[in-house]
Amino acid sequence: MHNEQIEEHFKNRNVTEIDSNYYMVDIAPYPTDGWGKFKRVLKRSFRGELFVGLWVVLREMIKFDTHTIKYPEEKMPIGPRYRAVHEMKRLWESDTERCIGCGLCEKICISNCIRIDTKLDENSRKEVTEYSINLGRCIFCGYCAEVCPELAITHGGEYENASDQREHYIMYQDMLTPLDKMKAGTQLEFEGFGAVTPHEDERVKKTPLAY
Amino acid sequence: MSKITINIDGKDVQTQEGEYILNAARANDIFIPAICYLTRCSPTLACRLCLVEADGKQVYACNAKSKEGMSVVTSTENIIKERRAIMEVYDVNHPLQCGVCDQSGECELQNYTLEMGVDAQNYAVKDVDRSDIDWGHIHYNPGLCIVCERCVTACKDMIGDNSLKTVPRGADALEAEYKESMPKDAYAMWNKLNKSLIGLTSGEEMLDCTSCGECAAVCPVGALVDTHYIYTTNAWECKQIPATCGHCSAGCQISYDVKHTSIDNTDDKIYRVMNEWNYVSLCGAGRYGFDYQNRVEAKDEAAFANAVEAFKKADTIKFTSTITNEEALVLQKLKEKYGYKLVNSEAKAFQTFLKNYSEISGTKLYGYDLEATHNANFVISVGTAIKSDNPNARYALNNSMTVNKGAGLYFHPVKDPVIEGLGKSIMTMYHAPLQEEIVLYLILDLFGDKERLPSEIVEYLASFHSTKTITVEEVIKEEITEIVKVMKKNEETGEEEEVEEEKKKMVPKKVSKEVEVDDNRLLEILGADDNFMETLEKNLKKKDTFALIAGPDLYTHPNSKNLARLLALIEKYSPFELTMIPTLTNSLGVALICELDDEVGSYTVGYNTKGDFTLSALGDGDLDMPAINQQEGTLTSINKRANPTNAAIGYNGYELNDIANALGLKAELVIEYTKMLPVEQGFRAEEFDDLPNHYDNDGTEHRGYLLDNIAVAQSGDESVEKFNEDKLEGTLIYMANPVRQFTPFTYKTTNLDEVSGVYMSEEFLSTSDFNEGDIVRVKSDSGELVANIVSDNKISGDIILLPTFDSKINSEALFSSYRFTTASIEKV
Repeated sequence: MHNEQIEEHFKNRNVTEIDSNYYMVDIAPYPTDGWGKFKRVLKRSFRGELFVGLWVVLREMIKFDTHTIKYPEEKMPIGPRYRAVHEMKRLWESDTERCIGCGLCEKICISNCIRIDTKLDENSRKEVTEYSINLGRCIFCGYCAEVCPELAITHGGEYENASDQREHYIMYQDMLTPLDKMKAGTQLEFEGFGAVTPHEDERVKKTPLAY
Repeated sequence: MSKITINIDGKDVQTQEGEYILNAARANDIFIPAICYLTRCSPTLACRLCLVEADGKQVYACNAKSKEGMSVVTSTENIIKERRAIMEVYDVNHPLQCGVCDQSGECELQNYTLEMGVDAQNYAVKDVDRSDIDWGHIHYNPGLCIVCERCVTACKDMIGDNSLKTVPRGADALEAEYKESMPKDAYAMWNKLNKSLIGLTSGEEMLDCTSCGECAAVCPVGALVDTHYIYTTNAWECKQIPATCGHCSAGCQISYDVKHTSIDNTDDKIYRVMNEWNYVSLCGAGRYGFDYQNRVEAKDEAAFANAVEAFKKADTIKFTSTITNEEALVLQKLKEKYGYKLVNSEAKAFQTFLKNYSEISGTKLYGYDLEATHNANFVISVGTAIKSDNPNARYALNNSMTVNKGAGLYFHPVKDPVIEGLGKSIMTMYHAPLQEEIVLYLILDLFGDKERLPSEIVEYLASFHSTKTITVEEVIKEEITEIVKVMKKNEETGEEEEVEEEKKKMVPKKVSKEVEVDDNRLLEILGADDNFMETLEKNLKKKDTFALIAGPDLYTHPNSKNLARLLALIEKYSPFELTMIPTLTNSLGVALICELDDEVGSYTVGYNTKGDFTLSALGDGDLDMPAINQQEGTLTSINKRANPTNAAIGYNGYELNDIANALGLKAELVIEYTKMLPVEQGFRAEEFDDLPNHYDNDGTEHRGYLLDNIAVAQSGDESVEKFNEDKLEGTLIYMANPVRQFTPFTYKTTNLDEVSGVYMSEEFLSTSDFNEGDIVRVKSDSGELVANIVSDNKISGDIILLPTFDSKINSEALFSSYRFTTASIEKV
């Protein structure tokens, strides 16, 4: 569009005069008196538009050929990269928790909904004493999973987190893979944000070792 | 020292003759990488990163001195190669779990690894077991240690504890091929690094030092961490509140790291205290005594109404000097309006002392500060248990000895192994209490300019001198000639052959002779060693800057007026740069701002001290007040600075300003008084929010402002009284706190775990019937108290210390005003 035309648009807001593709919607004038309003009510109530809709529903019902997923009995399959409520993974080798308490998720969280408390444990290691995510604030952006150096915090497929309060916390133990699931070997790795990219091994530079 | 110009990377910079290139560069914002160097300490030469080329020759910027016209290049191809190799070496076997390291990103190893672009590792050596070690208040993780020795340097050159040293690592030798293949400096640095780790000098398992924590503060990696801080928070989560330490008169720059307490508790909590360790060193109280806040949830209106009522009824306000300048001004304004008596005995003594001092000196305040002491090379301390009265003064004393190759002279009645441990060049003289006057006369005698000193004083001093003849054994060097056979290359034949040569040699020889020596009776009265003068003369060689630190023992001395005048004379007629240690945090500020009275009236309001109605920031009074870490305001330090401090922790109760407002003063915030601080006393009319709180790269201090040292009229009378030969003898008690404790505020903190009681030295306990833990009754002419015995290995000798940090033990009651008194002690 030429600059002149843009300027024209700015100056003359009456678009129909410039471009003939515009047309005015035919809007009947609003009734002004009581009699006019009464007539409108009658017209809307008995015109039978209601029954058009009711008929469509009835027709589809007796056909027994629905395309609707019957939630909550049925659920949509969720993609492996879907970002729903967080999970805390365990190590395959030892079943211990992967989280080392580095706090990078807390730092990177842009909606500031992660908090972590840590302390020194008896083995001189960093221990997570408490960990919470306020799902009411979480925007499920996936940064925490992406930044996690241990692939510990990931997103899961659980999206049902309705709550009767705006604040809705999920704690460490709720997110952690249960031990029985671990024993059964059914912990699923997250393939989305933060997961190891394919062929990562080939790109790693080897560090010489004197052993 | 003269100003010179050197050229660094094409930029002309001004610096001092003999200044290290690294410091010159830093002062002018030119970056030279360096890990092991600490400003104010001596170069360690451990990291070798600061390689530069000066006039075409590779030198280390941290120990190469600038010369006029020098041209410095900070990076050449070879230097870049060296630095990259050095950082690779530092990364050999360094754990990669940065995520759980308490350095949490404030890591110089990380920074320099990235800076030098280390993207691959070429070197390797077999690692040794490097499990972490608990040293008490410090936790050492050798696995993270890069042995830059900054901790060792800080402990030796600044603090003076000499508690850390390098110990053998016990690792395999480096592979021989590296010597050829690696850059030269990187190999040399690795060779040294691979042989050492950090250990305790004492050989014990736990640190037994003055527990300042400076070693952990200067650690560039997470190897040394304060035990209380380990894994409690990541550094980046904390908000840093710039402040001034409120425990003693040093007024150190600190910053509080503040974060919510936990997930369950969102109240702010101080996690640690940080400092600009290149320019200021903290003591244990500043470092670990941070949680003394008075947490108040809500305003107690009934208590407030009682307080206002009490103020209306009272005729006296009694307070301690642990308040800000602004609060002191509020009290002064209340005095002006309602005629209260302001009673603060310790500040009053200091105020009177300064007044007496200024009659001769002609200035309101002493002339110098601890900065001068840092730069001096001969320092005398008199009248102070320096390590506990003002740890920074002790650091200055130690720093002047280690870095300026200086010497020190410590006069005090209490024997102090910490001071003796500062090094060989400190002389200690343990005189009897009350003899401080003689000490000042001695200083005047030894160092005063006899030609300018008033003649009466010169005559008086001369009356103590006599000559005596003694026989001394002296070692002289004698020259002898001997014939030796040496192998020499015959220049004609090119063969080695034996040649006889005459060689002159100096041989020591003992002779004994009679000499006339000067006999100084002052030394005799003070009980000096026979070789005092000899050692002193040796220590005084090559000394040109002199500093004198005078402490609180003098302010309460019965002859304090005379002492003040003597100090002024010393400052005037000798090369000594005088600094006085204010007794408590803001004694100097209070002494300048408040008109103080001696006697209490009939009804007293106490502020941080017991009164008929008590306001207390300790939480034990009738109305709560905010502690210094919950307040905005300024504190006047020993360095004659009004330093700003900020509130680290919230406070929801009433403060002094609210009471003042209820009584008719008008200020919304207490910091509105900052600009009203008395200009005629040296303060400036500056808004609190305009006060800076930082250091420049060259170490220039921008904290608050320096007080003007106002001139006062002199009477011209410079006479001083003759000294009194009285001295205290018998069982002596001294009012002083152990290291790391100053006031009930330090006692309240969780990390300072000193036990309260009567402090006796190990030496004293082993020779007496008392044992640690015994309950004893200490009785003096003024009062008595019952407390348990605490063994203190930071003092020796027979004098017993009574601390003031525990308000349950009323130590003051035993002393009339002077810090020493005689007492009887018996088991209960």
